Amino acid sequence: MTRDEIRNAFVADLTAVAPDIEPSALRDGDHLQDDLGLDSMDFLNLVSALHKRFGLPIPEADYAKLATPAMAVTYLDQALSG
Amino acid sequence: MSIFRMPSLGADMESGKLVEWLVAPGDKVARGDVVAVVETQKGAIEIEIFDSGVVAELLAQPGETLPVGAPLARLMDAGETIAVMPPGPKSVPEPEVAPSFADSAQQPVGTLPAIPREPTSPELVTLASPGARARAAAAGLALAEVAGSGPGGAVLIGDVERHLKAALTKPALPDAPVLPKPCIDMTAMRRAISTAMSRSKREIPHYYLCHEIDLQTAQIWLEAENTARAPDKRLLMTALLIRAAVRALARVPELNGRFEGDPFAPSSSVHCGMAIALRGGGLIAPAILDAGDKDVDSLMNSMRDLVARTRAGRLRNSEVTQGTITVSSLGEKGVDALFGVIYPPQVALIGFGAPRLKPMVHDNVVEPGVALTASLAGDHRVSDGRRGAVYLTEIDRLLQEPEKL
Repeated sequence: MTRDEIRNAFVADLTAVAPDIEPSALRDGDHLQDDLGLDSMDFLNLVSALHKRFGLPIPEADYAKLATPAMAVTYLDQALSG
Repeated sequence: MSIFRMPSLGADMESGKLVEWLVAPGDKVARGDVVAVVETQKGAIEIEIFDSGVVAELLAQPGETLPVGAPLARLMDAGETIAVMPPGPKSVPEPEVAPSFADSAQQPVGTLPAIPREPTSPELVTLASPGARARAAAAGLALAEVAGSGPGGAVLIGDVERHLKAALTKPALPDAPVLPKPCIDMTAMRRAISTAMSRSKREIPHYYLCHEIDLQTAQIWLEAENTARAPDKRLLMTALLIRAAVRALARVPELNGRFEGDPFAPSSSVHCGMAIALRGGGLIAPAILDAGDKDVDSLMNSMRDLVARTRAGRLRNSEVTQGTITVSSLGEKGVDALFGVIYPPQVALIGFGAPRLKPMVHDNVVEPGVALTASLAGDHRVSDGRRGAVYLTEIDRLLQEPEKL
């Protein structure tokens, strides 16, 4: 998967969990909780969706690596190729 | 026979807009089935029916705004049901029912009376988030014209924005007016919050208590538990907190109930409201029904479902009208404590601040530990600070043994 494909998948899962987030207004540096207002339940639902889509375990210890779309794409990219 | 009426979804509600019928004449319904969607300040609410039977006639059309109590549908009971369902497709014993069946029979659908679905325009059955509805309404846009990208093709606020943007750039509309801000739903929601909270502060003599809870044991247990679980089975601390808050009511049952008749009678079931903040502002506190019967995992599933449906604008009327107590939890990113305003006619609200790493004293030694401040807003008409203190202490005690929750 290319980074673009991973990003598209991430944005699709993010906007399914938070339907009021506008994909085109999303910036790669937005903090999911501080800027986009995801609460811990939204974040867990996002992690669950990513887990289902990519088959990655995504342990709680790695949550901080998913703090922004850019960080999440890098994390998923590395986890998928690693 | 019975009449299904526009329900009241809160003391402040005078009327509601019927958005969609989920049943048609001839459909069997059982108590608790979702039969219609009504638009309110809290977004679209799925309406459950109180009686069982067969839908005889729909008395209101989608798009109509109707006062609370207005008849929406006519229902035949089980006895009548048998008479209505003979093999002969045209034999309809209820004379009043005949016209609607006859109307639909004129359509080239064969002669089956069981599926005479009311003709509804596509706009009226469009799935959409509350934000998208409000945005579309503010712009005077029919939702059916917007391609939805959400779950089940639901129209999201982004879809509406895209649609409006595309419409603006069309050469056919060079002088398109500046679009108003999407403020309609927020205005209505602020009004609803204002009504409920003003009533609370006017009628309910609040007392407040707070108590710091050592959360270290629960935190360690939760982390270990979640390590072994896949993400969709993981627990949040909030699930433990709500479980403890619900169980502690067994010690102080008078904190649970709805003050609707004097004297106050506590409720035997616990329908635990959960305050959910909306990103655009405002909040909704839908209830986890029968929370007393649910263990931690089951509560967690209910919470996930409730949050997801709140975001998608698909709550049920029982969830927004039957709460017996409310928990407001600030989560990981919040401040130390919150002192809530009781959601009338309930008589208590529990506030959980954000868990914090703090210097804690264990056996006269100061060491870092996780602590959380729990608060209680209680109704002095039905309980006193002493009982409230018993309650918060009981929550503390239960959280010290997370494996037994």
